[in-house]
Amino acid sequence: MLIRKPADLRFSDVTPKPLYVNRRRFLAGSIALGAFGALGGTARSAKLEDVKKTSYNVGDEKVTPLELITHYNNYYEFGTDKEDPAKNAQNFRTSPWTLKVEGEVAKPLTFDHDSLMKIAPLEERIYRHRCVEAWSIVVPWIGFPLNALLKQVEPTPKAKYVAFETYFDTKQMPLARWGGIGFPYVEGLRLDEAMHPLTLLAVGLYGEALPNQDGAPIRLVVPWKYGFKSAKSLVKIRLVAKQPPTTWNLSAPNEYGFYSNVNPQVDHPRWSQAKERRLGDLFKRNTLMFNGYSEVASLYAGMDLRKNF
Amino acid sequence: MRGSESVLGKLLFSRWTKVVAFAACLVPILLLARPLWMLATAGYSPDLTANPIEYITHYTGTWTIRFLLITLCITPLRKIFNQPKLTRYRRMLGLFAFFYVCLHFLTWFVLDKFFSFSEMWADIIKRRYITVGMLGFAMLLPLAVTSTAGWVRRLGFAKWQRLHRLIYFAALAGVIHYYWLVKSDVRLPLMYGAMLAVLMAYRFFMWKQMPPKPAPIPAQRAAATTPNTASLPD
Repeated sequence: MLIRKPADLRFSDVTPKPLYVNRRRFLAGSIALGAFGALGGTARSAKLEDVKKTSYNVGDEKVTPLELITHYNNYYEFGTDKEDPAKNAQNFRTSPWTLKVEGEVAKPLTFDHDSLMKIAPLEERIYRHRCVEAWSIVVPWIGFPLNALLKQVEPTPKAKYVAFETYFDTKQMPLARWGGIGFPYVEGLRLDEAMHPLTLLAVGLYGEALPNQDGAPIRLVVPWKYGFKSAKSLVKIRLVAKQPPTTWNLSAPNEYGFYSNVNPQVDHPRWSQAKERRLGDLFKRNTLMFNGYSEVASLYAGMDLRKNF
Repeated sequence: MRGSESVLGKLLFSRWTKVVAFAACLVPILLLARPLWMLATAGYSPDLTANPIEYITHYTGTWTIRFLLITLCITPLRKIFNQPKLTRYRRMLGLFAFFYVCLHFLTWFVLDKFFSFSEMWADIIKRRYITVGMLGFAMLLPLAVTSTAGWVRRLGFAKWQRLHRLIYFAALAGVIHYYWLVKSDVRLPLMYGAMLAVLMAYRFFMWKQMPPKPAPIPAQRAAATTPNTASLPD
C-alpha cells in the first residue's frame, strides 16, 4: 500500500510548475493584448532593471507562486479579509510619493517616487516570510539592505531605535476605519536589528515593482520576525533614542510584543506558533527558530525571549 | 388571517416546500464543489483564497452560526406570524447546523491537527476560543441524537424541551468562539452576537408575559401535546 508522508503532499505537486508560476505573467500578457482588461487583475509594472542576484535563498523550499503572494495579504487599510487588499489597493496612488528619513541623524534625507529605486543597488533575495497567524510564504524580494540607507543619513550616537511610519489617508483607505487598529500603522526596530544585513527595504518582488497590496512603493522586510513587523508603504523612517510604539503592540500588548521574533517555542496566547502552513501546502510544517535565520541569534544573546516576545 | 389555513400555511405544509428548503440548506456546501475541483486540478482557486484549509474552516464555522441563528428564528416567526407549521422546519435546520459544525470540526481535526488527539486536546485546554468552540460542539451532540420523534417520546416532552434549550448556549458558545478568534475586526462576530441577543430577548419577554400556569396535570399535558414533529415546542 502506498502511503505518502503528509509533508510530501502539496497542491503544487499536482500542478505543472509553469502553470502556477506563470499564471500571472500569462494574465499580464493577456491584459497587454486587451483580452482580459475587464478582469482587473493586478496589472504589473515594468520589470526592474539591473537587479543583482544574491545567494540569499531558502534551500530546496519552493518559492510561493506570485498569485498566492498577491492574493493573501494583511493590509488592514484596504480591508481585513485576506483577499481585500488585492481588490481594494488597485487604484492606490504610489506616485507622487515622499519618504522622509529623519530624527537622530546628521543628514536627513527625503526621497520621491523615482529616487526610491536608486537609494542603493537593487538585489534579489529569496526570504521566508512568516505571519503571526501561522501561515508563511517564500518571496523573491527585490530591494536593498536598510543599513545602506541608514549609513547615508549618518545616525547620531543618540539613535538607538528606528521608527517606521506607513502611508495613511482616509480618502484612499476608507476601509481602515473597520480595521480595529490605530492608523497610521507604525513599527519599530532596535538600531542593531535595523542595521543587520538581512533587514531589507523592498521595492519589488518577482522581478517587478511591488504590487500595491504587498506594500508599494517601498516596504520593510525583516525575515526573522513575524510579518506584521515588516511595515508596508513607508513614508517616514525616524531614528530615535527610545523604543518607539508599534501598532499591534498598542492594540493588544499581551499578544504582540515589540520584538516579535519568529519563535516556535513561544505561543501566541490564542494559538500555537510551533507550526505553520506554507501557502500552497495542504499540511503544516514545523516553524523554525528565527524563521530559519539563526545568524540573528547573537542580537538577542542573554535576553529572555519568553519575556521579550 | 388564520395562519394554518392561509395560502402561506398550505405552502408551508407542502412536502415539496420542505424538499426545496432541504436543497437550499445544501447550497453552501455545494458552492464549494467547483472551487474544490479547481483547487485539486489547477492547484489554486481564488474563491478559496491562498489558504484553502483556513478558508473552509472559517466558511463552515460561519455557516454553523448562521444555521443556529436561523433555527432560533423559527419559534419567534411562528408566533409572530401565527404559522405553527413553521416548526416542521426546525429540526431540519438544527440538524444542518450540526452538519456544518461537523464539517467545521473535521476540517480542523483532519487538515489542521492531522488526526492528532494529543494536539487537539492541548489546544482545547490551552486556547479559550477552542475551549468554548468545543463546548458548543459538545452541546449540539445530544441535541442531534435526540432530534427524532422517538426520543421525544422516550424522554417525555418536558424533559426533551429542557434538553433542547441547550441550543441557546451552543449558539452563544459559537458567537464567543468567533469573537475570541478574530484579531481586531470584530464586526461580524458582534453582528451575530446582536442577532442572537434579539432572538433571546424575544424569548425572555415572551416568558415574562406568560401568565403563571397552574400546576400541570400530567394526563392533560400528555393529551395536549402529541409527540409529533409538527407540534414540538421551543
